[in-house]
Amino acid sequence: MAVDLRSYLGHVELPNPVLTASGCGGTGRELAQFFDVTRIGAFVTRSITMSPRAGRPTPRMAETPSGMLSAVGLQGPGVEVFAERELSWLAQRGVRTIVSIGGGSVAEYTALARRLADAPGITAVEVNLSCPNVEDRGRVFARDGSAAAEVVASVRAATRYDVPVIAKLAPDVADVVSLARLCVDGGADGLSMINAPLGMSVDVDTMRPSLAAGTGGLSGPAIKPLAVRCVWQVHAALPGVPIVGMGGVMTGRDALELVLAGACAVAVGTALFHDPYACQRILRELEELLQARGFDRLADAVGLAHRPAGAGPRNRIELEESSL
Amino acid sequence: MAGSPVQVTGTVLTTRRVEAYHALTVVAPAVADRFRPGHFVTVGVGGPYTSMLTRRAFAIHDVKPDYGGTVEFVFSVRGPGTAWLADRRARDTLDLVGPLGRPFPLPRDPCTCVLVGGEYGSASLFVLADVLQRRGCRVDFVLGASSADRVFGALRARRMGETTTLTTVDGSLGMRGEVTDVLAGVIADARADVVYACGPMAMLRGVTAVCVEFGIPAQVSVEQSMACGVGICMTCVVPVIDEDGVTRMVRACTDGPVFLGERVRFDDVGTIPFDALGAPGGRHG
Repeated sequence: MAVDLRSYLGHVELPNPVLTASGCGGTGRELAQFFDVTRIGAFVTRSITMSPRAGRPTPRMAETPSGMLSAVGLQGPGVEVFAERELSWLAQRGVRTIVSIGGGSVAEYTALARRLADAPGITAVEVNLSCPNVEDRGRVFARDGSAAAEVVASVRAATRYDVPVIAKLAPDVADVVSLARLCVDGGADGLSMINAPLGMSVDVDTMRPSLAAGTGGLSGPAIKPLAVRCVWQVHAALPGVPIVGMGGVMTGRDALELVLAGACAVAVGTALFHDPYACQRILRELEELLQARGFDRLADAVGLAHRPAGAGPRNRIELEESSL
Repeated sequence: MAGSPVQVTGTVLTTRRVEAYHALTVVAPAVADRFRPGHFVTVGVGGPYTSMLTRRAFAIHDVKPDYGGTVEFVFSVRGPGTAWLADRRARDTLDLVGPLGRPFPLPRDPCTCVLVGGEYGSASLFVLADVLQRRGCRVDFVLGASSADRVFGALRARRMGETTTLTTVDGSLGMRGEVTDVLAGVIADARADVVYACGPMAMLRGVTAVCVEFGIPAQVSVEQSMACGVGICMTCVVPVIDEDGVTRMVRACTDGPVFLGERVRFDDVGTIPFDALGAPGGRHG
């Protein structure tokens, strides 16, 4: 029997739990050359900013063991062009779209949310909290719980009631659980984690930093244990909050690991650079793994690793005459 | 889309050393079918459980109809990824995505073309020369490198080209110097209408400068490090002046790798020009 893969972000139902990670799927058109983007759980856009951004100088990328460093600097066309050309293209094709937004101030996030409130075809809004706060000497919002909560609250207030707001958290903060709690208290309907933690590499031939920006976000399997840890801790503290897990998901096994730690959906990022078909492959592998373990529903596996040692899989209530 | 890329697991047919470089021929009919001169492929390196996540991009050197279609690409060993590739043997399999990028635009009517290659950048020029000659174009070659063993395809150029001029920095083959030192003479002698160039960024900059003096177009294929090759990682950007006169940071993989030379702001590669769209503190919208 096929596994019921439906996943819920707040009240929004996704047909399956595999998403693209923000900034790793381009505009959607690039991946559409390889597979039908409507078949994945949802497409998450790169972080959209108010004005066009040219991003960081090159080199923007450096390969590291089982990962890569990147510093793109939120290159993008700005929200107007995004809504006109990219979002409308996604909406026309019926792609479930989660729009990621990034800003330098609470006001910018609010303005973005307001601008997107009437745009058709938005499944959810993801708030990228790893942007530097220009009003706080460039300290990223994620490192300051109260600033993060303020951003989430203002985006929540400006967004339509039926569009969930998801706060995207970074792992390189003092206490990810208290950050998560502040964001949920601020009105976040869900959390996604983890954003790429900052890393750096130095080219020993040129004897200069490998990236023009110096530091960059580390992604890929190198950060998967960080992702599992964050999802685990936050799910333990806030078991009712939907979590989109991400960070180094290359295979269905990686996806299942995050699900067992507490994620109800999983986003695929750097794997797409290596394999443009990664989302579909991971979805297939995840379904097979769930089937092999006797699950009828993905939801039964979410957070299952939290059960006490020695306990069998959570007893599923067998409903003979289920209305579902 | 006729040119839409595909991912294939291709079998290595032959491997060979060419001077200082390696060449791999891979059976990949779906890639070969869609190929146009100037296209490139990306290759996953390190096998199925690789710790090297970024794909390596190589210009396609040749396609042949054998075994349904093969593609050949040329590379030099620069790090662990290309060293792994150099260790591939016949019958090994390779993960290829291609063909990628915008190919060289071709002239509508027969004309005289100078093809300039630096180091193994010349690898992509021979299929181009073939297509140009079949359209009745005259083709002249200028190939250069640091030393004789790094000049790729000198023999083939001599066979195909109306004239072939070789340069090496150390003088071990042809003229001593850079391709840009001899290019003006070649353009003048051949009365060239267009220049096609592929090689290091500094060479493309020099080639473009010469072409601007002659008032002829230079179609340059840029080399920029990239992670994906399909337009999603945003790491291979170059500052290019768009048709509306605005400089944008465009992706070498999907908007290029072939650009009209005069549009590329070579002096600003590796920076964000202050007047680029969305530059910090610069023009907004």
